[in-house]
Amino acid sequence: MLSPQIIDLLIKGLIDTLQMVAVSGAIGTLIGLPIGVMLAVTGRGELLQNFAFNKVMGAVVNMTRSTPFIILVVAIIPFTRLIAGTSIGTNAAIVPLTVAAAPFIARVVENAVREVDRGLVEAAQAMGATPFQIIRKVLLPEALPGIVAGLTLSAVSLIGYSAMVGAVGGGGLGDLGIRYGYQRFLPEVMLAVVIVLIVLVQIVQSTGDLIARRVNKRNLKS
Amino acid sequence: MITLTNIRKTYAARGGGAPVHALADIDLSIGRGEVFGIIGRSGAGKSTLLRTVNLLESPTSGSVTVDGVEMTALSAAELRKARHSIGMIFQHFNLLSSRTVFDNVALPLELAGMARAEIRKTVEPLLDLVGLADKRDRYPAELSGGQKQRVGIARALASKPKVLLSDEATSALDPETTTQILHLLADINRRLGLTIVLITHEIAVIKEICHKVAVMEGGRVIEQGPVFDIFAHPQHPTTRSFVDPVINRGIPDSLRGRLSPQPGLGSNPVLRITFTGEKATTPVISAISRQLNLDLNIWHGQIDEIQGAPFGTLVVEALGDQAKVEAAMALVKENNLGVEVLGHALPANH
Repeated sequence: MLSPQIIDLLIKGLIDTLQMVAVSGAIGTLIGLPIGVMLAVTGRGELLQNFAFNKVMGAVVNMTRSTPFIILVVAIIPFTRLIAGTSIGTNAAIVPLTVAAAPFIARVVENAVREVDRGLVEAAQAMGATPFQIIRKVLLPEALPGIVAGLTLSAVSLIGYSAMVGAVGGGGLGDLGIRYGYQRFLPEVMLAVVIVLIVLVQIVQSTGDLIARRVNKRNLKS
Repeated sequence: MITLTNIRKTYAARGGGAPVHALADIDLSIGRGEVFGIIGRSGAGKSTLLRTVNLLESPTSGSVTVDGVEMTALSAAELRKARHSIGMIFQHFNLLSSRTVFDNVALPLELAGMARAEIRKTVEPLLDLVGLADKRDRYPAELSGGQKQRVGIARALASKPKVLLSDEATSALDPETTTQILHLLADINRRLGLTIVLITHEIAVIKEICHKVAVMEGGRVIEQGPVFDIFAHPQHPTTRSFVDPVINRGIPDSLRGRLSPQPGLGSNPVLRITFTGEKATTPVISAISRQLNLDLNIWHGQIDEIQGAPFGTLVVEALGDQAKVEAAMALVKENNLGVEVLGHALPANH
C-alpha cells in the first residue's frame, strides 16, 4: 500500500498537473484561437487572402511545433525568467507549456475552420456580411464541434508535455513518477502515477467528446 | 431592374497558358418583376454569370446595374449594403447547421443590426409564408431537402430584397419537391413582385416558371428571348437540344423506322406542323382535307402549354401527289403555322 506521504504527494502532483494544464491551455487558447482563425482565413482563395501573413505566421507556428518539447523548455529559459520571474517551479513551467500549446491549438483551430463549407461563407457574403461578421457568426459557430475536439486533443497532449517539465523543477505527476518511481525505485508510486494519468486523460477525453457532441447539430436524428 | 453590359470575365491560366474566358460579351436586360431563366450545361458559365449580379464574382470588364445602382462602381462597404436588397438561394441550401430554422432566417437581419424584437416580427411571417412555422426550433439536419430550401427562401426574403438570385435551387431535389419549390417561387414572384433570376440545367424549370430565358454556352449567351418564342423557334442547335425533349418534337421509334430522307417507290411525304400561340386552335387539318381533297394520316402529336399559351406539333403523312402536298404546305403557312418535311414514309411491310 501507498504511505500517507506518497498519497499526499500524489494529490499535490495532480493539483500541480491540473494547474499547469489548465493555465497553459487557457492562455494557449487565447493566443492560438485567433492565430488559427487568421491562418484559415488568409489562405489561398479564402475570405481575407493574404500570402505574406499566412506564410510568416505559418512558419512561426511550424518552428515552434518542430522543436522537441524538452529542448524548447531549455531553449526558452531566458524568456521564461522574463515572464515568470524565475525559471524553476510549477509557475515557470507554465511558460514553455503555453509556448508549445498556442501553435498546436492554432493548427487544430485552423483545420476546424477550414472544414466549414465554403458555401456558407458565400451565402453570408451574399447577405452583405463583413469579414469579421462572417468569422463570428458563421465560421466560429460552424467550426465549434471541430474546435472542441481539437482543444480536447490539445489538453491531452499538454498532460503528456507537463510530465517533462520536471526537468526545470516544475512539479506535477510526471515529476513525481520520475523522482520517486524511477530514481528511488518505488514501482508502486510509478504505477499509481500512471493510473492517475490514465484516469485523468480518460476524463478529459470523455468530457471533450460529450461537449463536441452537444454542440454538433449536423447529425441530428429527427 | 438588372442590366448587364458587355460583361467579360477572364481568368489567367496557371502555368502561363492561354487565359480562360469564363464570360464573354454578355449583354442582358432583366425587367422588374420578371422571372428570368439562364440555362446551360455545366461549365457554360451560368453560375459565374449569376454571381456577377451581386458581385460575388467581379467581372474583368463591363458593368452591372441593379435597380439603378451601378454595382461595379461601389466601394466594398456600399456593395455590402447593396447586397441586402439582393437575396440568394443555393443548390445545397447553405444553411448554418449550428442554427435553428428561426435563427437561420434571422441571420441576414442580425448582420444588418436589426433589434431582436424586430427580427421576430419579420421572421415569423416568413416562416408562415414558406409553411415552416412548426419547424422554427428545428435544426437543418432534421429537415428534408425541400424543407431546407424553404428555409433558404425565407432567409433570402428576410431583408425584403427586390431581386432573388437562384443558383440551381431545385437541382438537388426530387421531381415532386422541385415542382413545389417552383410553385413557391412563382407565387412569391406574383405576390411580392420580386424579380427572380435563376440558373438551371433543366429545361423543365424554365418551362414551368420563367417568362424569359437566356441560353448559355462557352461563356456566351447564344440565344435569349421570351420563353414561348425560344420554345417555338429555337435557333441554335444547343437550344434545340434543350427544347426538343420537353416539347417532344421527335416521333416514336416504330414510326421513325419507316422514315427515309429520300422519296422512294410509293412513298408519301411526312410533314411536321408546328402550332404556336393563338393559332394553335385553327382547324387546318380539316381545311386541307376539305379544300384540297388530301388525306392526312396523323402519326403523332402533342399539344403542350408554355407560359399559358398552347404549343404543339403534329406529325402527319400526306397521302397525295407532290402538287397537292405543296398546296397543303402553302395553306398551312398561310395560317401562320410552321411546317417542314421530316422525310418520306415508305409503305409499311405487311
